[in-house]
Amino acid sequence: MKFLYRLRNFPFWSWLWFIIGALYFILPLLATFEFSLSWDPAIPWKAYQRAFEDNDFWETFIYSNVLAVATIFFSVLLVVPTAYWIRLRLPQARRIVEFITLMPFVVPAIILVFGLIRIYSSPFTIPFTDIQLMQPLTNFKMGTNILIVAGYTVLAMPYMYRSVDTGMRTVDIATLTEAAQSLGASWYVIITKIILPNIRSALLSGALLTFAIVVGEVTLASFLGVDAFGPYLFLLGQHRAYEPAALSFVSFLLTWFAMGMIQMVTGGQGQAQGAH
Amino acid sequence: MAQTAITPQGKIYPPTNWKTWLGVAPFFIFAILFLFLPSLRLFTASFTDPEGNFTLNNIIQLFSEKYIVDAYKLSIQISAVTALGGGILGFLLAYSVTVGGLPKSLRSILITFSGVASNFAGVPLAFAFVATIGRQGFMTHILRDYFGMDIYEAGFNLYSFAGLSLVYMYFQFPLMVLIMAPALDGLKKEWREAAENLGASTAQYWLKVAMPVLLPSILGAMILLFGNAFGAYATAYALTGGRIGVVTIQIGAQIRGDVLYNPGLGYAMAIGMVVIMAISLAGYSWLQAKTERWLK
Repeated sequence: MKFLYRLRNFPFWSWLWFIIGALYFILPLLATFEFSLSWDPAIPWKAYQRAFEDNDFWETFIYSNVLAVATIFFSVLLVVPTAYWIRLRLPQARRIVEFITLMPFVVPAIILVFGLIRIYSSPFTIPFTDIQLMQPLTNFKMGTNILIVAGYTVLAMPYMYRSVDTGMRTVDIATLTEAAQSLGASWYVIITKIILPNIRSALLSGALLTFAIVVGEVTLASFLGVDAFGPYLFLLGQHRAYEPAALSFVSFLLTWFAMGMIQMVTGGQGQAQGAH
Repeated sequence: MAQTAITPQGKIYPPTNWKTWLGVAPFFIFAILFLFLPSLRLFTASFTDPEGNFTLNNIIQLFSEKYIVDAYKLSIQISAVTALGGGILGFLLAYSVTVGGLPKSLRSILITFSGVASNFAGVPLAFAFVATIGRQGFMTHILRDYFGMDIYEAGFNLYSFAGLSLVYMYFQFPLMVLIMAPALDGLKKEWREAAENLGASTAQYWLKVAMPVLLPSILGAMILLFGNAFGAYATAYALTGGRIGVVTIQIGAQIRGDVLYNPGLGYAMAIGMVVIMAISLAGYSWLQAKTERWLK
């Protein structure tokens, strides 16, 4: 009887949708993995060996990681004090700041890089004169580095801001600040010793999302001419078959790692779009 | 200015002066330098002719130049198809793990997977699909050898509208899952019980109670998916190398070299895209606000 009851209540359709979804998720990964192993039946890991032997891979991959770390650092520096100040002293600025953090959804990467190039490929002059202060940012390496980190900070802003703001909602910022102030703490100490540790899981999830967006990003990197991992993988795909598959699988594992960590630290959900 | 201000909404704000605003100045300066100025430059440039005078010609030409109209048409079609397809599949998946009776453990697996897949895009995603249903792909072979279906013989091509849609779906439906799962959680048990007590069937409950509550949320999420596909560049470029002329690809070509032989038209194309994205985000926010009345 119990068996029959179970059978009648078996959620057939739910299972069906779930299995279709699961196949959609898994098949491309399985296919990529299978293909990456099929170069030489004698040495299944050959594609991975070759890919990792390439110096350009390490250079671009490390470079992308450095860009990611710089973006995370800069985003935190920009977003945390802003979100903190809005919660503490300036709630009237909330709507406008939230609106700005949503702007990257309206201005996708391709448009952003278009505008950045048009603005920063001309030299800085003192307004209304011809006196040059600085050569165009796009003309020298440090300049493009600044531009790309700024661009990535814009792309990551919706996620960073939302993570940090949600994190601050759960701790009582005002009371913590008052307590610290009455004990004589400076603003610097309050932010670094009180606020940051209290929102560390929110920070970590924002940082990991930023990492997932930046490592492997192609649009900004290729138009600004930065030798990052995304353009490298793209070029590799133009003239090689097996190594790109191996590296695609590796970047999937990296994304998986970042998202899994977010799941672990927040128990919530992390999502990003705009990096496509 | 030192007194407490009360806004029309009745919220009481602490007193502020210009010094308080200094606290958010770095954020605004950053946003102006790297978000507003670049956008504004594209905007003004799209109303400027090569001699630097004001003109509406670029905007008018957007609607008459076949190359551009085709690009917009293609982008809109592909975004609509993948928003609808991704929306339906995503909704069914979210349904199956929330109220559909699947074990709880599957839910967290699905949510994590969706987080990964909605972020897995660009070059690796394109390569993954080449390995799956490319001409020599894993599934192409399986379908041919075990099911007797030669999809390429039947006219399928990964580097086509259908192929690109299939690839976009990979990041579209997980995003739908992430948006819809919390909304489906918001359906209150009492509503279902009340409906059943009044003699409603399952179908009636869904049609008359659940759907009207969920509809704004579903539509809003689909609009967001539309924008998500509309703005995608890297995936399309990596997959087709620019052979499928969606708007983002054409804008990319215009940045690399003035393919339209009129820079102003390129800027206008970019602004047209921003307008569409803005409309879709506004639609999403509006519908989302409507849903929140019921689902909290």
